[in-house]
Amino acid sequence: MIVTALYYLLTAYIAGLLVWSFVRRKRRQDEILTAIVLIPFLLRLLRLK
Amino acid sequence: MIRSIIGKTVIAILGLALTIPAGVSFYRSRRFREPVVLGPSVEKVTKLGDYFDGIRGTINDSNVYLLEGKEPGGSFLILGGTHPEEPAGRLAPWLIVENALVERGRIFVVLTANRSASTVTRPGGAYPPDFVIPTSWGAQKFRMGDRWSNPLDQWPDPEVYLHYPSSQQLAYMDIRNLNRTFPGRPNGTLTEKTGFALCELIRKEGIDVVIDLHEAELQYPVISVIVAHQKGLDLAALASMIISSDDGFAIGVEASPEALRGLSHREIGDHTRAVSLLLEAPEPFLDATRGRTNRELLLTGKDEFVVRAGKHGLLFEKIDEKGWPIDGRVGRHTATIKRIIEVWSESEPDKAVVLAGGVPGFKEVVGNGTGFYLHDPKSVPASRIVHE
Repeated sequence: MIVTALYYLLTAYIAGLLVWSFVRRKRRQDEILTAIVLIPFLLRLLRLK
Repeated sequence: MIRSIIGKTVIAILGLALTIPAGVSFYRSRRFREPVVLGPSVEKVTKLGDYFDGIRGTINDSNVYLLEGKEPGGSFLILGGTHPEEPAGRLAPWLIVENALVERGRIFVVLTANRSASTVTRPGGAYPPDFVIPTSWGAQKFRMGDRWSNPLDQWPDPEVYLHYPSSQQLAYMDIRNLNRTFPGRPNGTLTEKTGFALCELIRKEGIDVVIDLHEAELQYPVISVIVAHQKGLDLAALASMIISSDDGFAIGVEASPEALRGLSHREIGDHTRAVSLLLEAPEPFLDATRGRTNRELLLTGKDEFVVRAGKHGLLFEKIDEKGWPIDGRVGRHTATIKRIIEVWSESEPDKAVVLAGGVPGFKEVVGNGTGFYLHDPKSVPASRIVHE
């Protein structure tokens, strides 16, 4: 249970970093890439697999 | 600045638009319920949790179908869905539950031994989440699963998986593989508890013979074969000879290796009084050299790349442009089960199991199609329908 909780905390942290990265990106191509990379992290946080 | 914000908003919305259908697909796949029409010999449907409390209420608290004849006799257990990515291993027992007429003895059937593994497909494998079998009344949809329990139900995997009770070191992810966790343990992981619950079923019901149904890639040496525990070698050999001469297809026999632990054919035979057998049918969908991994390949078993691998001598089973259609794979399993039951009943008359009909053989399934033997859930009262 502790490991699972840490896993979700880590996932949320990386998802947060990706959102922050998305906001900071200047190039359109980088924004699209970041949005796509974010998808599995969001699904994992929603426990959809 | 405003242009940038509008651009980011549009991309974020597009990202969410991709997230939603993916999430809906995963959600539906995990919760999709497959109707089973109870056949004439099904006396009752219990749960795996009735045999071991530790599995009760979990995703692997699978249905256990009891088909019972009027006369007492022996007891068989047929396991489907130990590996839910091997669909003939679920469809063959499905036909038995919906059609078999048992005259003597008892046949227990589990259609989805590892339900958790039936709710997920292989990550990165681009597997279809489901497949459809055409029927005369329409079509029936089935979940396509994976070899391993869903990580949502059992996680994390250890660095090293030590099988219980042998302590043999196995691949780390195989701690979620039901066919590497037999005989299981009551205080283990979900998959280990599932193996233990199945062994408890075998012990408590006094099962004589267990048949575990599988499919294998053509690049795997154990294919088109009955793998038998030493207690069942004679039974398997005789059934194999009759099938190969009379039933229209060839099937071999292999002895269960004593050094390879965790598999049903080894551990069930060692840890219960039952004879344990495992059947393998060819499934090109699982081959590493396959082309597009889609529903068509799953059902037709046709793949030009696997055929090419065969031409280079890389396969352990033949394949040509006709492929290995699902009907032939299902028919192999139903025909082999019938022959094993016949041979067992002749050699053990006090513990005989007699089928009065209903279960199609190889030629029937190939000729009529698997869907011919699936019944319309709308044609029976709700009391005769159970969901997987």
